[in-house]
Amino acid sequence: MKQAARDIRILPGFNWVTLGFFLYLYLPLVILVVFSFNASRSATVWEGFSVDWYFKAFANDDIRRAAANSLIIATVSMVASTCIATMAALALARNRRIRRKPVFSGLIMLPLMIPEIVTAVATLTFFAAIGLSLGLGNIIIAHTVFCIPFAYLPIRARLQGMDESLETAAQDLYAGKWATLRLVTLPLLAPGILSGAMLAFIISIDDFIITLMVAEAGSTTLPIYIYSLVRLGITPEINAVSTILLLISILFVTLSYRIGKKR
Amino acid sequence: MTIVLDRLKAYAGVAPATLVIGVFMIAPLMIILAYSFLEPNPYGGVRPTFSTGAYTKLFYERDLFDEMVFNATYLKITFRSLWIAAVSVIACLLIGFPVAYYIAMQPADRRNLLILLITIPFWTNLLIRTYCWILVLRDTGLINNGLMSAGLIDSPFTMLYSEGAIVLGLIYTYIPFMVLPIYASLERLDLRLIEASRDLYATKWGTLRQIVLPLAAPGIIAGSILVFIPGLGAFIAPELLGGGKNLMLGSLVQLQFSSARNWPFGSALAVVIMAVVMLTLMLYARNARKNGGGLQH
Amino acid sequence: MKKNIVPLLGATALILSLSAVPAAAEGDLFIYNWTDYTAPELIEKFEAETGISVTLDTYDSNETLLAKLQSGATGYDIVVPSHNFVEIFIAEGLLQPINAATLAGHGNLAADFKNAPWDPGNVYTVPWQWGTTSFTVNTSVYEGDINTYEVLFKPPAELQGQIGMFKSADEVISMAQISLGLPLCSENPEEMRQVLDLLETQKPFVKTYNSDGILERLVSGDTAMHQNWNGYSIRARAENPAMRYAFPAEGVITWADNLAVPTGARNYDNAIKFIEFMMQPENIAVQSNFAGYSNGVDGSTAFMSEELKAAHELSPPEGTPLVFSQTCSEKAIDLQNRVWTSLLQ
Repeated sequence: MKQAARDIRILPGFNWVTLGFFLYLYLPLVILVVFSFNASRSATVWEGFSVDWYFKAFANDDIRRAAANSLIIATVSMVASTCIATMAALALARNRRIRRKPVFSGLIMLPLMIPEIVTAVATLTFFAAIGLSLGLGNIIIAHTVFCIPFAYLPIRARLQGMDESLETAAQDLYAGKWATLRLVTLPLLAPGILSGAMLAFIISIDDFIITLMVAEAGSTTLPIYIYSLVRLGITPEINAVSTILLLISILFVTLSYRIGKKR
Repeated sequence: MTIVLDRLKAYAGVAPATLVIGVFMIAPLMIILAYSFLEPNPYGGVRPTFSTGAYTKLFYERDLFDEMVFNATYLKITFRSLWIAAVSVIACLLIGFPVAYYIAMQPADRRNLLILLITIPFWTNLLIRTYCWILVLRDTGLINNGLMSAGLIDSPFTMLYSEGAIVLGLIYTYIPFMVLPIYASLERLDLRLIEASRDLYATKWGTLRQIVLPLAAPGIIAGSILVFIPGLGAFIAPELLGGGKNLMLGSLVQLQFSSARNWPFGSALAVVIMAVVMLTLMLYARNARKNGGGLQH
Repeated sequence: MKKNIVPLLGATALILSLSAVPAAAEGDLFIYNWTDYTAPELIEKFEAETGISVTLDTYDSNETLLAKLQSGATGYDIVVPSHNFVEIFIAEGLLQPINAATLAGHGNLAADFKNAPWDPGNVYTVPWQWGTTSFTVNTSVYEGDINTYEVLFKPPAELQGQIGMFKSADEVISMAQISLGLPLCSENPEEMRQVLDLLETQKPFVKTYNSDGILERLVSGDTAMHQNWNGYSIRARAENPAMRYAFPAEGVITWADNLAVPTGARNYDNAIKFIEFMMQPENIAVQSNFAGYSNGVDGSTAFMSEELKAAHELSPPEGTPLVFSQTCSEKAIDLQNRVWTSLLQ
C-alpha cells in the first residue's frame, strides 16, 4: 500500500481511464459480433441464434475477392511505407551531413496535410495523365504514399529521445555502421517501428475515398464492397466477415505476442 | 568526384521518401494548384481558362440576383470544422495520455499486449464501426432502450445527429493516433530519472508535470497533429453521426468534386486548408524549438 | 517487426488460396454498376450460358462514374449511367456506339425506350431499369393522405423530427421544385429563392440528410418518413407492411438507367453479348425481381414474381404526372449548389 503511494508508475485514476477506454473501444465490436449470429436480417432486433451468415459470407465470391485485395494492398503498403519511413527517420535523426532537414521532414508530412478527397482526385488525375494502369499496383502506390507519414511519426518520436551514446559506444567498440544499425539502433527502435507499421496497416485497410477514386476494374477492396452494402443497411453477413477479420487479427496479435515473449 | 559521391550517399536514406512523395504527391498537388486557377467545366473537370473565381468565391458570392455580396457560409463551415477538430484533439489527449502512461508503466510483455489490443478494433471497417455507434446512440438504440426499460426516462433522449455525436465518432476513429505516439515516447522513459526526481518534486503530480510531460512532448505533438488534420477533413463521422445537416470541410470539398462539379473551387478549398494546416505546423515547430525539443530537428 | 509480419503474410496467403478463381476460356467482362443494383443470379446465369467470367464493381453516383471515365484507362466494359447523364457522356465522347437496333432482341424493347429522348434509336444505350423517386411513409405513425408533397415539406406533428432526406442537391431540389409547381433546372433566382425558403422551413423537422442506409432507418423506426426510390420502398415494405410509397399528385420524379459501353472497352464483343442477354424478357425479369424496379422490355412481366406484379410502388395512380429529371445547364447547377450550401451551412 505504502509502496503504491510512493510509486510514480501508479497514478490514481489512470487505471480507470484505461479501463473505460478499452470498454469504449470494444463496445461497438461486441455489438458487431453478437449480431453476426442474429437469425434475422436486421442489425437491430435480436431474433434468435444462427450461424447462417457465416456460410453465406464464405460462399460469397465478391467478399472473398475484396478481402484478399484489401489484405494484399494493406500488407504491401505497410511494408513499403514502413521501410521508407524508417530509412528517412534514421537519416534525418542520425546523419549530420544532410542539410535542410526541415524541408525533408516537411515533405514527408505532406500527404497528411491534404484532405483525403483532394489526394484522391489529384492522384486519379495524375495516374490518368501518365497512363499508369497496374491494377492493384495503382492503389498500392497511392496507399504507400499516404501511409508514409503515419509510419514516420511514431518512429521519429521514438528516435528523438533515444540515447545516442549506445550507438557511439558500439562504434567505439569497432562495430561497423551496419552492425551498429542492426544490433543496436534497430532493436532499440523496434517499438516505434511496430507502432508505425500498425498505423500504416490500419490506415491502408480502412481507406475508402482514395481507393474508390483510384481503383481500376476488378480491384474492389473490402471498404468499397462494404460501402456498397451500407445502402441496404448493414446485414449480418457483413458482421460475419468483420468478425472473421477480427479473429484473424486476434490470431495475429496472439502469435506476435508469443514470439515477442520468447525473445 | 568522390566528394560528390560521398555527399550524394549521405542523402541515400531520405532518397526513397523524397522520390515517392515527390512524384506521387507533389506532382498531383501541382495539378490541383493549377486547377484552382481555372474555370469549371459544367460536366466536371476544368476548362483551360485562367480565373481567380474559385478564390473570390470563398468570401464573396454573387447572390441569387447577381450582386456581389460578402458570404460567410464557407467561413462558418471552416470554423465549425476547426472547432470540432480541436475539441477532438483535446478529448483524445485527455483520454489518450493517461492510457499511454498507464500502458508504458506496465511490464514489457503486458505493454505489448495492451498496445496490440488497441489496434484490434481497427481491423474492422470504419464504416461498420461508425454504424455500430448509430445502433448504440439512436432514439431506438441500445442506450435509449436500456434507459427506457429501466424506467429512468419516458421518451428517447436524442444523442445521434448532433455535434457531440460527431466528436464521439472522431475520438473513436483517431484515438490510436494519439495513444501510440505518446506511448512510443513514454516507453523509453528512464524510470531512474523519475525516481531521482521524486526527491526533488515532492508530489507525483509535480513529477508528472515537470519530468514526464516534457519527455512525452514529442509524442503529444505528433499525436495532436495526427488527430487534428484528418479530423479537419473528416467525412464519414460527420455524415453518418452528424446526420449531414451541417456541412464540414471534408464534405464541402467532396461535394465540389462530385455533385457540385466545381473542381476549381474544390481545389481552391484544398489549397486553403493546406495553407491553414501548414501555418499551424509552423507555429507548432517554432513553439517547440523555443521550448527546446519538439517537432523539428 | 519482421517477425510480426510473418503471421500476417500467412493470413494473406490463406485468404488468397481461398479466393483463387480459375480464369475463363471465353474471356472477361468488367461491369461497373450502381451499388446493390445487379442481381447475382443474373450474373451466374450469364456466366453459365456464355462461359464469360464477369467481374462486378460498383459506384455510388453518376458523378463518380463520370470522373472515372473522364480519367481514362479504367478497364470497364459495361457502365450504367442515368438517362439525364447519357447526353453528357455522349457529348464528352465517353461512350461508343453499339447500334443496338441491329442487335438480337432489340425488338423486345418497349416502344417508349426505342425512341427515348436521351438516345433516339438506341445508338449508344439500351434500358436497364427505370423507376421513380418520391418518399416512403410509415403508416403506423401517420395515417393521413400521403399523396402530396405537403406531407414531406410541411409535415404533420407525428412526422416532425422523423424525416430523412437524400444527401443530394439535385434530388432534394427537384422535389421542392415540383412541389412548388416550378420547372426543373430553373435558372430563375426568384424561383430558387422560393425553393430555399421551402427547404429551410422543412429543415428543423429533418432528422438526417443521407442517401445511404435508408432501409435500415425506415425499418428500425429511426425515421418515419424518408425520401426514397420505389424499388427500395418495396424492400422496406417486405420488412414492415406499414411502409407505403407516396405518389404525390403534383408529379413524381422519374428516371431510367441505361446499359452502355465506354470508349476503349477491352472486351467489346462480350459487352455486346451481355446487352443482348439483357434484352431477353426472362433475363431482365430476374433483375427486376431482385431490385424491385420496372424495365423496358416487353413481355418480361410474365417472368416477374407475384409480389412484384402486385406492388403498388410500380404503378402510379391514374393522372399522376411522371416528370423525367433533366440535364441541367451550368447556370442551373450553380444556382442549385448555392441553394444547397446555404441550406446546409
